[in-house]
Amino acid sequence: MKRVLEGSHAVAEAVRLANVQVVSAYPITPQTHIVEIISDYCAKGKMNAKFIPVESEHSCLAALVGAQSAGVRTFTATSSQGLALMHEILHWVSAARLPIVMVDVNRALGPGWNIWTDQTDSLSQRDTGWIQLYCEDGQEVLDTTLQAFRLAERVNLPVMVVLDAFFLSHTYEPVDVPEQKEVDRFLPSYSPRFNLDTRNPYTLSPLVTPAFYMEMRHDMALAMDEAMTCFAEIEEEYAALFNRRYGSVEAVTCDDAEIILVTSGTITSTTRLLLEELRAKGEKVGLLKMKMFRPFPVEAVCRALGRAKKVAVIDRNFSFGAGGVFAQEIKAALYKLPVRPTVFGYIAGLGGRDVTTDILEEIYIKTRETDLPSQESIWIGLQEVKYAN
Amino acid sequence: MQIDAYDREYMCSGHVGCAGCGATIAMRLFMKAMGEKTIMVLPACCWSVIAGPYPQSAMKIPVIHTAFETGGATASGVRAALDMKGDTETSVVTWAGDGGTFDIGFQSLSGAVERNEDFIYVCYDNEAYMNTGIQRSSSTPYGAWTTTTPGQDWKRLRKKNIVEVLVAHRIPYVATANIAFPEDLIRKAQKAKSIKGSKFLHIFASCPTGWRIPSEMSVKIARMAVQTNIFPLYEVEDGIHYTINHKPKEYLVREYFKLQGRFRHLTDKDLDQIQTMVDEDWGLLLKKAGERS
Ligand SMILES: Cc1ncc(C[n+]2csc(CCOP(=O)(O)OP(=O)(O)O)c2C)c(N)n1
Ligand code: SF4
Ligand SMILES: [Mg+2]
Repeated sequence: MKRVLEGSHAVAEAVRLANVQVVSAYPITPQTHIVEIISDYCAKGKMNAKFIPVESEHSCLAALVGAQSAGVRTFTATSSQGLALMHEILHWVSAARLPIVMVDVNRALGPGWNIWTDQTDSLSQRDTGWIQLYCEDGQEVLDTTLQAFRLAERVNLPVMVVLDAFFLSHTYEPVDVPEQKEVDRFLPSYSPRFNLDTRNPYTLSPLVTPAFYMEMRHDMALAMDEAMTCFAEIEEEYAALFNRRYGSVEAVTCDDAEIILVTSGTITSTTRLLLEELRAKGEKVGLLKMKMFRPFPVEAVCRALGRAKKVAVIDRNFSFGAGGVFAQEIKAALYKLPVRPTVFGYIAGLGGRDVTTDILEEIYIKTRETDLPSQESIWIGLQEVKYAN
Repeated sequence: MQIDAYDREYMCSGHVGCAGCGATIAMRLFMKAMGEKTIMVLPACCWSVIAGPYPQSAMKIPVIHTAFETGGATASGVRAALDMKGDTETSVVTWAGDGGTFDIGFQSLSGAVERNEDFIYVCYDNEAYMNTGIQRSSSTPYGAWTTTTPGQDWKRLRKKNIVEVLVAHRIPYVATANIAFPEDLIRKAQKAKSIKGSKFLHIFASCPTGWRIPSEMSVKIARMAVQTNIFPLYEVEDGIHYTINHKPKEYLVREYFKLQGRFRHLTDKDLDQIQTMVDEDWGLLLKKAGERS
């Protein structure tokens, strides 16, 4: 049934439909709407789940480590400082091979305090062993959250579903909310491969010497690789039932494009508008939307970008001393091609600054008019700042 | 107390604790009371090692090792999952050191007991971070040498009174116990097991390695901690009802201190001051229990 929902509400609907059994959360703007709705569902019996109102994000994820290890499906949502506080346990969850699903609402990190969207919080967790999926709109948020449970439980790795603060978390859009019995066909109840059981006692996550540690990490690496193929299979199944499919990446008019803009999150929707305008003027331009970030879809990226002359990556994030994170990863992926497009890295929209079609057009024209990027990262829309003395 | 508790064993020989390790004795006794329907949460501490490396385990019950500061939170999650599965029979226990309880895990513990999660939190107290090589914790007593309170910089601060902090949370049951008093320890574990809500057991567990004592003195010194009133045995129900389980008048604190390498540097004057502190604490406890010395 189509309903007009906030991005946050779309998450909550997916969690309800997924029959999650334990939810734990700690409030942080702009994640609050998600957990308020879920705790209300738990209180009213719309969800048969226990909500643990912990005293911090660190404890939140630790509580889910306990719950998931004891054999139930779990969920949490956080943002920014909260995700950073979870860092230690992010590693713990993936190495303990727990299929926990989390939503991260992308928000800038302080100082200065800034509650608006910025991807640096989730992208700086890239080496924690979590699958990361970035969403563009409310429908994709709902669909991806449902798929995340299947994917996580299939490969025994945690999944982070990522959405932009406010532009997505607090924006109302029509969202098709599937029926419970349809969802049940896609996502059966959770049956753990291992769990804490007094009838079959064993130890989880003990001391591991150098004799075994490497093999355990290698298994994780294989599971992460497997996640790529599993994701495609799960999307096929989902499409067969609900007729919606997104892909690890989405290439729009990339086949004959000379310049391709690479985006993620809500900037993608704005870029779609510009793309139509530019194509109408005869510009040979394409768009590559990045949905999956971990595992990084190297093959799909090479296929989409391989024939272009130039690629402009728009990063709403920054890794100091290196550049935009998507730009770095895309450059690394393209390295395997014998002939490669020139990659331009643009930094835009940090801390929630609006990225309009005008800004995107400026990026496109800059890329078209220069042969090589003037800098490793080109910061767009910087104003001259007069600091107080 | 059930007599058969003594015959049950849920710990195997072949653990990797040091000879005379009080933490190991504490677990063995505690598990006799708990039985097989127990799931144990083990945050980082000496016990992360004592339990044995993969693929071995010294425990016959399910154990989940977890990050250092997460004892309270991880147990809350295990409990929530068991409740969702309709398993009310299994007890959830967190087994943490003093560092994981008094210091880094304090927030997680306070959060869990404020929510009155149905679990038993056991702190085995060896009065320092032993796993990492005898560094001071807020449980390290006044007067002690550790590797981070070395030489003349021995700890000149009081040990945090964790029991009273837990009592202030007004949870159903808080008790102290000691490896040298096995009947009392087992009775308290059984009592904790029978009560719903958050229970806290503070077990004094000597550490030959960190205290610089011979391993065969481990139990004797633990016993002296009670006999000197340094570590009184008592229990508190609902944050109000105090019961002192043992009222000794046997030793002066100096006799306990003189036996341990970690206190070697203390002068007679220091020991007199410590005696005054111990007497004062004991007096406070008697008052709370409504008793006289
Ligand atoms: C976040 C974090 N900081 C530090 C450590 C290192 N560490 C592991 S065990 C430990 C000391 C544990 O002390 P305690 O809780 O008293 O237990 P004990 O080793 O004395 O039995 C420390 C500092 C860690 N594992 N995690
Ligand atoms: S260092 Fe102390 S607490 Fe740790 S195993 Fe050895 S005796 Fe036990
Ligand atoms: Mg200790």
